[in-house]
Amino acid sequence: MAPAVLLRTAVCVTGRFPALAGVDLAVAQGEVVVLEGPNGAGKTSVLRVCAGLLPLTEGEGTVLGCDLRRHAPALRRRVGMLGHAAALYDDLTVVENVRFALRAAGASVAGLDGVLDRLELGGRVRRTPVGRLSAGQRRRVALAVLVARRPELWLLDEPHAGLDAGARVVLGEVIAEVVGEGATVLLASHEPEVSWPLADRVVSLVGGRVVGVHDTRSTPHRPEAPDQLRAVSGGAHVA
Amino acid sequence: MWRDSVLVAGKDLRIEIRSRVVLHQVVPVAVLVLVLFAFALGPDRSAMVQAAPGLFWVAVLFASVLAVQRSFGLEAPEGARDGLRLSGLDPAGVFLGKTAAVALQLVILEVVLTAGVVVLYGSHVRSYGSIVVAGLAGTFGLAAAGTLYGALAAGLRVRETLLPFLFLPVAAPVLLAGTRAWQSGLGISAGHAGDPWVRLLLVFAAVYLALGVVIFGPLQEAS
Repeated sequence: MAPAVLLRTAVCVTGRFPALAGVDLAVAQGEVVVLEGPNGAGKTSVLRVCAGLLPLTEGEGTVLGCDLRRHAPALRRRVGMLGHAAALYDDLTVVENVRFALRAAGASVAGLDGVLDRLELGGRVRRTPVGRLSAGQRRRVALAVLVARRPELWLLDEPHAGLDAGARVVLGEVIAEVVGEGATVLLASHEPEVSWPLADRVVSLVGGRVVGVHDTRSTPHRPEAPDQLRAVSGGAHVA
Repeated sequence: MWRDSVLVAGKDLRIEIRSRVVLHQVVPVAVLVLVLFAFALGPDRSAMVQAAPGLFWVAVLFASVLAVQRSFGLEAPEGARDGLRLSGLDPAGVFLGKTAAVALQLVILEVVLTAGVVVLYGSHVRSYGSIVVAGLAGTFGLAAAGTLYGALAAGLRVRETLLPFLFLPVAAPVLLAGTRAWQSGLGISAGHAGDPWVRLLLVFAAVYLALGVVIFGPLQEAS
């Protein structure tokens, strides 16, 4: 089976700054891969490249069978991204925002109420303009869009940020559920204690390169230091 | 494409109805332009009647810059522009939807401004047909060109100042043709003198609508 994500020596330059400096990454369909690394390591850039939002400067990339250089716009309808920003309209209510996103993606709005209830966005909250919600609630709305859309590839950038304990549990359940349905998840996180339990593999990035890979299925515990992470992965630079 | 354009236009108009930015800010600014010019022209009624068509289109032109800036401002905060790109909407549909929403807002503005021209400047409408056709063609031309240049400027930090710089020179034919067509419609120039100018407005609108459908996608990607 072809990998859901395949990056080969992917270089991405934004302005004069190389956000990615030759990333090799293969993610199988139905796999959950966590990207970790310090600020500026290139985690968000990998996600944006996979979403077709950032063009590759050099190297090759295929996501869900689409060549990133030629078919990025066609890919986007099949990908769902939860970024740092919620990508919502402040003046629209919760239900209007989610409904617009679903209709734009050509998805059904039939299960919308159930999704909102699951993320505790039902009742009065569903009719509240998003601009009046807390940061955590906005995050839930953005997540609700993905849950209702059911994309084939989930790109989650710090998905736990701003979520309370209950929402974090729901997020874990949702990820397990969609992976069970065959979706692939690529997740960038600074919080190993919540992201590692979700992962099949953890890929460590530094300076726009892959510096280590950890298979959590064989060794579920997180190494204490980056050096140990590299040791676990055998110093591999290809994820 | 048409389904997407209806979706985008509906979303933009719903946001506008909620926020009332155009109603509370753009319309008053355009009316202020008319009032200030009336002061500048003084009490000479004939000078005001002569100048009315040009001043109407100047006010519409400035208001269209604000409306276009507002249209793309909606997509700027919180990564909504990325959201729009990730939605998979047909770029041509996004262009037509945004153009339609801006055009509808401008039509409402023009109704108010027409009343202002009649009341403040003492103008009389002689030919409703040419006024309406010229108004609609000019409005769609401005909305289409504005949306195109709005997309071009959208990704830049200097977009607020760059848009008028790019857009106003391009919109000069609308100002000229609209003024001539309205001079005819308000009885300032002879009978059918405005017809060629109405045709120019129609061509302008058709060219920019077609251009937008074709190049809005690449522009959106590049910006």
